[in-house]
Amino acid sequence: MKAEDIWAMLEDVTDPEVPVLTVVDLGVVREVIHLEGNHWKIIITPTYTGCPAMQVIEDDIKARLKEDNIVADVELVLSPAWTTDWLSQDGRRKLEEYGITPPQDEGDKSVLFGKRPEIPCPLCKSRNTRLISQFGSTACKAHYQCNDCQEPFDYFKCLK
Amino acid sequence: MTKQEALFEFLLRKADDSLIIGHRLSEWCGHGPILEEDIALTNISLDLIGQATELYKYAAEVEGKGRTEDDLAFLRIEREYKNVLLVEQTNGDFGKTIVRQFFFDQFEHLLYEGLMNSKDERIAAIATKTIKEIKYHLRHSGEWIIRLGDGTEESHNRVQESVTFLSRYLDEMFYQDEADKILIKEGIIPDVMTFKAEFHRNIETILEEATLKLPEENYQLSGGRKGVHTEHLGFLLAELQYMQRTYPGMEW
Repeated sequence: MKAEDIWAMLEDVTDPEVPVLTVVDLGVVREVIHLEGNHWKIIITPTYTGCPAMQVIEDDIKARLKEDNIVADVELVLSPAWTTDWLSQDGRRKLEEYGITPPQDEGDKSVLFGKRPEIPCPLCKSRNTRLISQFGSTACKAHYQCNDCQEPFDYFKCLK
Repeated sequence: MTKQEALFEFLLRKADDSLIIGHRLSEWCGHGPILEEDIALTNISLDLIGQATELYKYAAEVEGKGRTEDDLAFLRIEREYKNVLLVEQTNGDFGKTIVRQFFFDQFEHLLYEGLMNSKDERIAAIATKTIKEIKYHLRHSGEWIIRLGDGTEESHNRVQESVTFLSRYLDEMFYQDEADKILIKEGIIPDVMTFKAEFHRNIETILEEATLKLPEENYQLSGGRKGVHTEHLGFLLAELQYMQRTYPGMEW
């Protein structure tokens, strides 16, 4: 059993809220460490501090590895802090196909009321969209509507 | 007071701040004025409770008496909670909730920016994570204050009343005692007095754009950091602690 094998298994573990993404796509799995025999340590980092999906992700990781007789200790580390930059390119593509616009470069967010970045519609790709709410169905998403095709959609918020 | 005791005290204070205001926001669940705000307030609540959890976890480790983050959050009595009085104030109308959040977010932003440079690695890690979320909270409360203050006559009057009322609780956020002095000396926390002027400039700028004013006479209330709370905390804890007290040791 090699680390690559464990990483391959982890690609079967999907985000409970956005099932097209794997925990590897999200950049939530930071390290895979062999302890001894079939005992491995998986280091993960939370996205948002209050993200309720983390517990499910932890349980799912243990369950998936158990299928291959691996005993996994899952450890949560806070540092370095997760950022949407860690979302894989594949992950970004999958999000868009699923109907959620992936994080866009939003510039400096410390500017309180600066110009809002243009968020493209995942359906018709128009940039003529408007923000409905900064907080969507989950902590990580905001809610938008396309002014052109009228499609309401979620936006995976940029966290940097 | 030892450094360890000072650190525990500080962590408890900040964890309690986040837990209590997080709990207050959770009271809006299902009662928001519009769906988007119901979702916004509860999302912010989740962020804050998550932050409190991280702080309580570390506090429990620092205390070293075998207590868990849940013991700290749910099983203390009123006088043992060290949150500032601002966060335990009732939600009132949507405007009052926004004003309370606005004052809190503006302070937290400056504090956590400072905590990112803490010599304590765990605190720096928590702060680096937390600041990203605080920026979203800041935008939310700041934009709403302007919309409500510079809104209709009714929204303006209601929010002005809330600003006057809650302004009594601003100074307490800058409370400092022996615990703070020890931690400042060790480079673990910033000296909040160094950004007090900036804090006031920031809130006054936004209040001005919202056509709102702080009251003339500066009457300030405090006591929370010493465990001396307003009449509201008892009722809040009765709800917060109900399940743990009724079914001790219960788990989901």
